Amino acid sequence: MNTTPQLFANDSIDGELATLNLGPTHPATHGIFQNVLKMDGERIISAEQTVGYIHRAFEKIAERRPYNQITPLTDRLNYCSSPINNLGWDMTVEKLIGIEVPKRVDYMRVIIMELARISDHLVCNSVIGVDTGALTGFTYMFQERERIYDIFEGVCGARLTTNIGRIGGFERDFSSDVIKQIQNFLKEFPKRFNEFGNLLNRNRIFMDRVIGAGPISGDRALNYGFTGPNLRAAGVDYDVRVMNPYSSYQDFEFSVPVGESGDTFDRFMVRQEEIYQSLSIIRQALDKMPEGNYHADVPEFYLPPKKDVYRSMEALIYHFKIIMGEMKIPEGEVYFSVEGGNGELGYYLISDGGRTPYRLHFRRPCFIYYQAYPEMIKGSLLSDAILTMSSMNVIAGELDA
Amino acid sequence: MDKESLLNAIESQFPGLITNPAEPHGMLTLEIPVNQLKPLVQFLKDDERTNFVFLTDLCGVHYPNKGEKEFAVVYHLHNLEANYRLRLKTFVGRENIDVPTLSDIYSAANWMERETFDFYGINFVGHPNLVRILNMDDMTYHPMRKEYPMEDATRTDKDDRFFGRDGHEGVTFDNKKQIAKQNG
Amino acid sequence: MEDVQITQKPQGLEGEGFFATKLGDAIGLARANSLWPLPFATSCCGIEFMATMGSNYDLARFGMERMSFSPRQADLLMVMGTIAKKMGPILRQVYEQMAEPKWVIAVGACASSGGIFDSYSVLQGIDKVIPVDVYVPGCPPRPEQIIDGIMKIQELVKDESLRRRYTQEYKSLLESYNIS
Repeated sequence: MNTTPQLFANDSIDGELATLNLGPTHPATHGIFQNVLKMDGERIISAEQTVGYIHRAFEKIAERRPYNQITPLTDRLNYCSSPINNLGWDMTVEKLIGIEVPKRVDYMRVIIMELARISDHLVCNSVIGVDTGALTGFTYMFQERERIYDIFEGVCGARLTTNIGRIGGFERDFSSDVIKQIQNFLKEFPKRFNEFGNLLNRNRIFMDRVIGAGPISGDRALNYGFTGPNLRAAGVDYDVRVMNPYSSYQDFEFSVPVGESGDTFDRFMVRQEEIYQSLSIIRQALDKMPEGNYHADVPEFYLPPKKDVYRSMEALIYHFKIIMGEMKIPEGEVYFSVEGGNGELGYYLISDGGRTPYRLHFRRPCFIYYQAYPEMIKGSLLSDAILTMSSMNVIAGELDA
Repeated sequence: MDKESLLNAIESQFPGLITNPAEPHGMLTLEIPVNQLKPLVQFLKDDERTNFVFLTDLCGVHYPNKGEKEFAVVYHLHNLEANYRLRLKTFVGRENIDVPTLSDIYSAANWMERETFDFYGINFVGHPNLVRILNMDDMTYHPMRKEYPMEDATRTDKDDRFFGRDGHEGVTFDNKKQIAKQNG
Repeated sequence: MEDVQITQKPQGLEGEGFFATKLGDAIGLARANSLWPLPFATSCCGIEFMATMGSNYDLARFGMERMSFSPRQADLLMVMGTIAKKMGPILRQVYEQMAEPKWVIAVGACASSGGIFDSYSVLQGIDKVIPVDVYVPGCPPRPEQIIDGIMKIQELVKDESLRRRYTQEYKSLLESYNIS
């Protein structure tokens, strides 16, 4: 219940409006975007946004890169959960070409994507904690993210911008070390995550602070194109993993947490619960992991093993063509979406048969739902506006692309 | 809902509008003339047989040298209840590059149309605030059009000769500048 | 407790109850071990910085416990992430608002030279707008690399002459960037 209107009803003494420039460099905005706020005392009347401070022209660059060189570009969209972007792109190209990957690859992909989702939600929730003053949760959860980074390093060699996965599968199988690390993670992480939950979930100060901050109704959210935890907090249970299952998500049992009022507390709790659901999915995937190859049998798109390249002529030719980017990609257009950390991350790819895409458009969830921000903070206090922004999890890389 | 029922519903309201529905990779794609776009989208959103409440994506595509079909605006719609996705395309030429705005039907279209304007110069008639969004405000050209290079034309530190862009394959960097000047 | 290293004292004359050294050495020592950084984090390198700041790699043991987000109170401008041309004037304004002495570290390939984004909207290196002291390559650099860069900054700070900011060489460096 929002009791603030009564307390601050008469706070504008002279009726003059102030213009406050929030950003682009601001410690609490966690990214580069500018909001020019018109304020009546402490209350926000209207906001005008400027984005594009980190526009790197991904779509233009993608028209000039062969398909396997676009994966590092997709890393840098939502960089808190870059494996999801990478694997989504690989799956888009596989859909265009018509490749079917083995079940084992699907399960491996699910494990990696859910780990990335956990890491993204940990950042968002820790940062909500930081913005309300609870810095300790942040330091504890970042330690947990280091363990996830260790797992990513074991699979692909990099921590943050992973370039994980290849068109057709993975570059190497999960080693026994990686499997052990994942099992350890599944054993140790829930205990520590429960500590974080105990710190904030039912903390009276935290709840008073975030309940009622920046609400949005389900109808308005749908109209604004919200997806992901922000939409689910508003009451609409739209999850791409359930609606258009990809990568064998239909084999797993998980529920989709849904909130009620779409305010900051609901967004926080939806993300908390999604982390538990992701842990359950990883556990199921690890238990039921099928045997098989870790990549599809598509030598035109997947690099042959190096020892074959030195001996067989065919492997040499495939290796050369793939490295030079001369893969035979069929003509066509395809739209494929995955459930990213922030919602439906879509790839609209038009190919004209050449070595680079003719047009690649990223449907970036952050860009689309950030336009609702002025409506969400209208009439609220400045401190609530800051919390609303950090709970929306706006990642600047995905906002501007 | 499936392809037949959707096409029948559209046919009942807009007879003869859909001439050649395509289904690349399983998504129904319809080409709509510009003047019929807004009534059709309003119908698709409001009518209970179609119920496309969600605008997934809006983007532009440039097909150079195609006359009246040079710029395409592609809309992806989604009926969440029936889980049916639809793609609409509309084409405009370089001279009359006006497309009606959908921002009063779907609020999500607001920034997506600004981005399309920023990249391609497509004028969305009726948009509340059609200014550049991602690029700098004083930029004079629309960078995603095919005639413009990816790199900044004024950069001094990279020599184009070493990147094979100064005369190879008949398309020189200067040639691109000429084309850009011709096209404004 | 033997693992904790206390920083080396500068060269000087020591006696009972006194320690005499050059003023520059003492001030350099104090500055180097209590830098107040301004994290100018724009993109992915910012997340690696958050990991560096966290408890695993811990930047606080170098004296950087307090992140100053106000340029007026900061010594070290850490530019982490891609700087687009739209952001260039803002970066410059933040740099100008910092008080002397100030140092700049460019973390990541994008800040050093534009990185993989050779496009029309990305500034190909922040040294096009502000003078930079240390470049840390990587995409993103590992936290250990960022700490290495910071330790190099600490070396620079420790050995810097007190009069450097008043020399003609420094003034002409600033003039070449049109910073008054």
